[in-house]
Amino acid sequence: MYEGPVQDLIDELGRLPGVGPKSAQRIAFHLLATEPADIERLQHALQKVKEGVVFCDVCGNVSAETRCRICRDPKRDLSLVCVVEEPKDVQAIERTREFKGRYHVLGGALDPLSGVGPDQLRIRQLLNRIGTTTDGVDISEVIIATDPNTEGEATATYLVRMLRDFPGLTVTRLASGLPMGGDLEFADELTLGRALSGRRSM
Amino acid sequence: MANLYRDTGIVLRVQKLGEADRIITFLTQRHGKLRAVAKGVRRTSSKFGARLEPFCHVDVQFHPGRSLDIITQVQTLDAFGVGIVNDYQRYTAACAILETADRLTAEEGEPVVRLYLLVTGALRALAAAERDPSLLLDAFLMRAMAFAGWAPAVNECAKCGTPGPHRAFSVQAGGTCCPNCRPPGSASPSADTLTLLSALLHGQWGVVDEIPHLARRDASGLVAAHLQWHLERQLRSLPLVERKAKLDDG
Ligand SMILES: [Zn+2]
Ligand SMILES: [Zn+2]
Repeated sequence: MYEGPVQDLIDELGRLPGVGPKSAQRIAFHLLATEPADIERLQHALQKVKEGVVFCDVCGNVSAETRCRICRDPKRDLSLVCVVEEPKDVQAIERTREFKGRYHVLGGALDPLSGVGPDQLRIRQLLNRIGTTTDGVDISEVIIATDPNTEGEATATYLVRMLRDFPGLTVTRLASGLPMGGDLEFADELTLGRALSGRRSM
Repeated sequence: MANLYRDTGIVLRVQKLGEADRIITFLTQRHGKLRAVAKGVRRTSSKFGARLEPFCHVDVQFHPGRSLDIITQVQTLDAFGVGIVNDYQRYTAACAILETADRLTAEEGEPVVRLYLLVTGALRALAAAERDPSLLLDAFLMRAMAFAGWAPAVNECAKCGTPGPHRAFSVQAGGTCCPNCRPPGSASPSADTLTLLSALLHGQWGVVDEIPHLARRDASGLVAAHLQWHLERQLRSLPLVERKAKLDDG
């Protein structure tokens, strides 16, 4: 244990995901040795993250405006929606340059062990979105790109059941190439791109 | 290598650790509940990852570590998850089984062979889609409560032991009660509901199948109330279990 502000900082950093007590200590002492100007920039960024970031009205992705950059892009195919768990998954799929549609960010996966059921995710918003014509176009295909792990698969199962009664809607799931048990964000671009182009109907 | 040890277990829980590692909680056959580190499993290139997901029944080799032991080898015995995640009702029931098993066992060490066999059997039946997932869950919960030593009394009075059947049921009293011991505010479940609870506890599936489906919802309610009464904190997964029986199931 250290005294006062240093320990406070270590405690706060230790609350962050993926930061153990040792890393928290390392980061704290790094910050202590950093130039004041750099600290100010970090401080500014931290302040802005809550004030300046909103969630896109259409897809739920993090955005600087009420509609995110992707949902504002007129070149995007509005009939195609890719459903992902987190904003970081949008970034992963964008990097492949394989996908020309829009996204829907659920905000996680169905995980009863953590108390997350359908009401805790943006599933109702997805169903509303599919049922209504947006910008003059109906959604005709939904690609489910949840993580290739247990919670992600169960979420896909649930979504397929909810979506199969929409007339004329094609529902696909990212195809092979993604081993079970991994996080989507760790998949290399080649694998993820191949998985997108080889997606299967459900 | 010295001190390596092996055991078979069910993966109960998976937590992220750092950038790419996970902490896996197992219910093992010989070492009770065990927490160990799986290194690098979140990278999709990991050969381990898929074998260390919830519901997996695995043969594991551990290397003793300073605080937590390290997983060095994993072999799949039963990939129960495959048959569970493709049906949302089965998935939610299976999650409640894992959480209950986790909550009924203390940290590390003490062997809990009976519970291990109960969990393995319940997941096997769920994955095989043998019966209504809701019934399989309730049968597991009744037997898991018996393992913990506080299954509800269903064939005798919970207070004085007078043989039943009795019509009053009180969670606080510990199950069915005779007219003399019956606390005020006791529930009055139907005879079918109590027969169903008894059949689930004793694994009499022939009897279960004969009981009208109407009794299932009440039985589930009593099982859940009894379980929650005895656990300090509420189970997170139990309210999220999909209880509706499939239409073709009756
Ligand atoms: Zn958007
Ligand atoms: Zn009595």
